[in-house]
Amino acid sequence: MAIATTVLGRLIKAAITLLAIVVLNFLLIHAAPGDPAAVMAGEAGAADEIFIAQLRERFGLDQPLYVQLWNYVGNIIQFDLGYSYRQGAPVFDLIMERLPATLLLTLTAFGISLLFGVAMGVAASARVGRAGDSIITGIALLFYATPLYWAALMAVLVFSVWLGWLPGFGYETVGGGFTGLSRALDILKHLILPATTLGLFFMAVYTRMTRASMLEVAQMDFVKTARAKGLPDRVIRRRHILRNALLPVVTLAGLQAGQLVGGAVLTETVFAWPGIGRLMFESLQARDYNTLLGVFLISAAMVILFNIVTDLVYRLIDPRIGATR
Amino acid sequence: MSDFWSRFSRNRGAILGLVLLATVIIVALIAPLLFPKGPWQMVQRPFLTPFATEGLPLGTDTLGRDVAAGLAYGARVSLLVGLVSTLVALAIGVPLGAVAGYYGGWVDEAAMRFTEFFQTIPNFALAIVLVAILEPTLTSITLAIAIVSWPPVARLVRAEVLSLSKREFVDAAQLAGLSNRRILLGQILPNAMSPIIVMASLMVATAILLESSLAFLGLGDPNIMSWGYMIGAARTVIRSAWWLSFFPGLAIVITVLALNLIGEGLNDAMNPHLNRKGRA
Repeated sequence: MAIATTVLGRLIKAAITLLAIVVLNFLLIHAAPGDPAAVMAGEAGAADEIFIAQLRERFGLDQPLYVQLWNYVGNIIQFDLGYSYRQGAPVFDLIMERLPATLLLTLTAFGISLLFGVAMGVAASARVGRAGDSIITGIALLFYATPLYWAALMAVLVFSVWLGWLPGFGYETVGGGFTGLSRALDILKHLILPATTLGLFFMAVYTRMTRASMLEVAQMDFVKTARAKGLPDRVIRRRHILRNALLPVVTLAGLQAGQLVGGAVLTETVFAWPGIGRLMFESLQARDYNTLLGVFLISAAMVILFNIVTDLVYRLIDPRIGATR
Repeated sequence: MSDFWSRFSRNRGAILGLVLLATVIIVALIAPLLFPKGPWQMVQRPFLTPFATEGLPLGTDTLGRDVAAGLAYGARVSLLVGLVSTLVALAIGVPLGAVAGYYGGWVDEAAMRFTEFFQTIPNFALAIVLVAILEPTLTSITLAIAIVSWPPVARLVRAEVLSLSKREFVDAAQLAGLSNRRILLGQILPNAMSPIIVMASLMVATAILLESSLAFLGLGDPNIMSWGYMIGAARTVIRSAWWLSFFPGLAIVITVLALNLIGEGLNDAMNPHLNRKGRA
């Protein structure tokens, strides 16, 4: 029952947030230099006065602002994100077509960053103050300072151009004719470089967080008790420290994971990965504002959804979370 | 002060960061002296490899422009945008967080909902949308970065003010008849300065990364040479001319790393009571 109320509460909050983003989008369109009708006419490739006037009437741009806002919100509630003249398709369809590739990329990147981040953090904390610790924290600092897109480009250069180990372009081999398992393997090969480079920054974040959290928990009394009763170090580290240290890391990781969607714009641009990030880049170049704002809205929706899901998962795993509220 | 300096300099990484950052700042300042022709001028034929031609240590780009000149001028925009956008973000986040933390109640509730909203939106995507729609200029880029970076400041300041306002010196100030405004500005905020300064130094680093990412996507000010633009322009020729993307990226890594190291050093020096081992 408590879970049901929580879900309801979160969904209402999510709906309010999304509505606010829709209003923000609307305001942004009107803040854009130039008349939206003229922009649309430009996108459609014609710009005479009569056509612009027709567009203005057809899209209600001659109406007062609050009526326009009402219509805009109404459309979006019906999943109508407008039409992309550049791509010749409704924005919503364009996004849905590209969404699976982005989900695959960001979720893999999230998994990689969390797995390696925690592993590196644990390894560093076990060697605190020694060379191994310095090397790992040094690597984390370096990843933390590396621009995502540059890491992606350098990975293409090294692993694809120079070594020829992995493909540095696209989602699957064009005209490869793979089916079933061999197709999955082909996609996996194409996924490795983009997912790894997208995950690098957060890998660094999780390494630092895990290390700090492990060191903090190691100071606690129950660890001393475990040591006093003669448990081997390895067991204490795994069963007592790690389990307690992981919780704050995973909680924060879940909340930050949404930001990967933003980073995907860069990664997908470098690797020509056919997701919504690439769509955003294309719409930038074409000045296709409908698509740009549509992708923005959908990625925000993804972030909110992801946050709700992680929140619920933690409540199920650890009943202490949320119990105090 | 000397106490501060001795704690700061005990951190070797922080000293390294300071040296690196000082180098970048000096190069940015004397760029017009080093490269009087500016970064846009064609100086030689295109695609000259680095370390091969006299006077062009880093080679030339796709249009025959001097890569080294681009790097020097790029440092200016990176540092400028990083610094100014951080100041703007502080100007939004500090008052909002301070008011929320000090007055509490519905003010706090409203301010924190507002902050949460901005934290939920994927911040890089928001920055892209803002710059694209307002047209890329130095001002719009700086503003967009500030708009996506202030929420953590507001939260930090709120938490600091909340805990400081329960302290005795605040009670004393109240008894002495100081107005709320004077207590907040004169008593509480000065005591919250050190975590704000540490956060600000890390924010400059993040802002530089954001600026370069925007420029890489073609959302840089078209009249200003920047590191991100150089990498973006060389993206398609990565197979034949690796150095065009490599050097600007290295410049970004060095600058951002330097700022992060300095931030950690400041953290050690300003919060000596924190357990060093527990530092993340």
